[in-house]
Amino acid sequence: MTGDHQTLALLLFSVFIAVTLGITTWVSRNRHGSAEEFYAGGRLFSPLENGFAIAGDYMSAASFLGISGLIALYGYDGMLYSVGFLVAWLVVLLLVAELVRNCGRFTLADVVAARMAERPVRIAAGTSSVAVSVLYLVAQMVGAGSLVALLLGGTSEAARSWTVIGVGALMVIYVSLGGMRATTWIQIVKAVLLMAGTIALTVLVLLRFHGDVNGLLSTAARRSGHGMDFLAPGLRYGGDWTSRLDFISLGIALVLGTAGLPHILSRFYTVPTARAARRSVVWSIGLIGSFYLMTIVLGFGAAALIGPDEVRASNASGNTAVPLLALDLGGGAGSTGGTVLFAIVAAVAFATILAVVAGITLASSASVAHDLYSSLRRRHAKQYSEVTVARVAAAVIGAAAIGLGLLARDLNVAFLVGLAFAVAASANLPVLLYSLFWRKFTTRGAVWSVYGGLVPAVFLVLVSPVVSGSPEALFPGVDFHLFPLQNPGVISIPLGFLAGWIGTVTSPEPPDEARHAETEVRALTGAGAA
Amino acid sequence: MKQVDEQEGRGASAVPVDDPWDEATGSEWGERSGAEGAGDGHPDTVPEQRVHSAAEVYLEVQRSPAFQEVRSRYRRFVFPAALAFLLWYLAYVVAATAAPGFMARPVAGVVNVAMVAGLGQFLTTFLLTWAYARHARLRRDRAALELRWDTQEMTRGAGQR
Repeated sequence: MTGDHQTLALLLFSVFIAVTLGITTWVSRNRHGSAEEFYAGGRLFSPLENGFAIAGDYMSAASFLGISGLIALYGYDGMLYSVGFLVAWLVVLLLVAELVRNCGRFTLADVVAARMAERPVRIAAGTSSVAVSVLYLVAQMVGAGSLVALLLGGTSEAARSWTVIGVGALMVIYVSLGGMRATTWIQIVKAVLLMAGTIALTVLVLLRFHGDVNGLLSTAARRSGHGMDFLAPGLRYGGDWTSRLDFISLGIALVLGTAGLPHILSRFYTVPTARAARRSVVWSIGLIGSFYLMTIVLGFGAAALIGPDEVRASNASGNTAVPLLALDLGGGAGSTGGTVLFAIVAAVAFATILAVVAGITLASSASVAHDLYSSLRRRHAKQYSEVTVARVAAAVIGAAAIGLGLLARDLNVAFLVGLAFAVAASANLPVLLYSLFWRKFTTRGAVWSVYGGLVPAVFLVLVSPVVSGSPEALFPGVDFHLFPLQNPGVISIPLGFLAGWIGTVTSPEPPDEARHAETEVRALTGAGAA
Repeated sequence: MKQVDEQEGRGASAVPVDDPWDEATGSEWGERSGAEGAGDGHPDTVPEQRVHSAAEVYLEVQRSPAFQEVRSRYRRFVFPAALAFLLWYLAYVVAATAAPGFMARPVAGVVNVAMVAGLGQFLTTFLLTWAYARHARLRRDRAALELRWDTQEMTRGAGQR
């Protein structure tokens, strides 16, 4: 990585920061400071805009660099991630998006609280939403630090720390000044940049092989040193049964977790109707699906053109496969084309991290202010003060994420993302589905299902080999691991559903028929929707 | 925003509620305009025994055949579809981890069963997305929208009493 790459990449990134800060100022010029405006951007985005913003919220740097890198190193097994991340959107589209848009105002807890005793339910759902958001946020911050160090060659600890601090500070500025409106536009800009960059690289890869996919795949297989095994599952997850079960657990967490991610749910409130929410999900499925299809081409392209050995030499987990591929496609190191493409890929990766981080911070500040603060304080504050709380919460969460990001900088990013999905699927999805579809669901069931998913998920991780008892663990020196799997999903997701069921059938009070009727009618028709 | 929404809502429906439940879900906006003169947009057009409070309005709407029809159309589509794609995805993940030999079988050129299954997941996701959007647009949207205005009209009436 020469100085030219770094200068150009830094220049492009500065342009992106300048443009996004400009957007933040521009869209907040006539800001009214209402909660509607801050959390939901006035609810007047079009399905197309929201579709791009959802895609921009969802396609993280872990997808762009991580999945292509995994494919470049392990071939087919990397593809399993792409499939899980995409199929998850069917759960969102069919079961969640429209109903949540109709029932809620700003957060996940709104939907549940609509038919339950408000205070305990809000505290439970708010807590789990903040937990999921912080985990996801830390993963992105850690990713940002190592990515910048990697791409700009500044491998010193100081460079990584300052990157994490810089990303955190920028995100607090975007969110607390611009709210949902600025965040949405940043995500749209990022989604367009990411799609354009990915399309350009994919076309260049296919041109290199004259459109011959068969040739691309066989070159990748030959160069990998694994032969045809490279194109079949098993290289990464085909070991003992523990690792296979671990993968199944991750697969379930991926497919069920997306529908419980607070920053994804909050995006549905930015459009005026449930129909618009549905159409935005259709747009985003189109964008996300084509994006993941292209990352597969990029991954095998990197394996064929760069070779897994060289990718591994640059970064052991494969995160630099796409930047290296860009360098090669542009004409190799030292050429103008290579320098430009490399710088573009680096800048797109930065933009990706910033946009995702801003979306999560906004969603978690909404949970803190709208769910936790308003329930715990028990005082009927004016709307304006709730927005003030949310702004402060964004700054506090930003500071916390910076701190945790610095502490956890050696943790594996993919693990943190997988954990966030597992917690979302265990704590948030059961309560959401029960509230929307189960007539007999009660307050106790709702509270139990949140904690019954959240506590086992977090506990199983603490006693997993990720934290202790293995050489790569967080605390390699000690061994208190009891649970063999890295991802808790396969146990904790059923526990979340089970706890909700037990809590409901043991409830002393009967379900509130009238409020269930209200939830159901509002969910399916949109009557009285905010 | 809420108020703007409702303003637009009143504009869009343009017609007060007459008797929403006896009209089948397929009724057109045009057919409704006949009731306009009689209705006057006053909540009195809703029969007396129907509306007492907002809670009863929702129970009433929930029990109405029109709503039951919308709900069963929705559920008859999404429950089987969700079950099918979850099983298909689970089968794919389990096959990829438990039966790599089968997944490695060549199909055409270097393309093997695993590649076909993986791309098949993408294809089924796109197809189901299209089918769901179409089903919702053609079979549910209009009926749901009518129920929405009717319900809002009734709850407004309940609020005024």
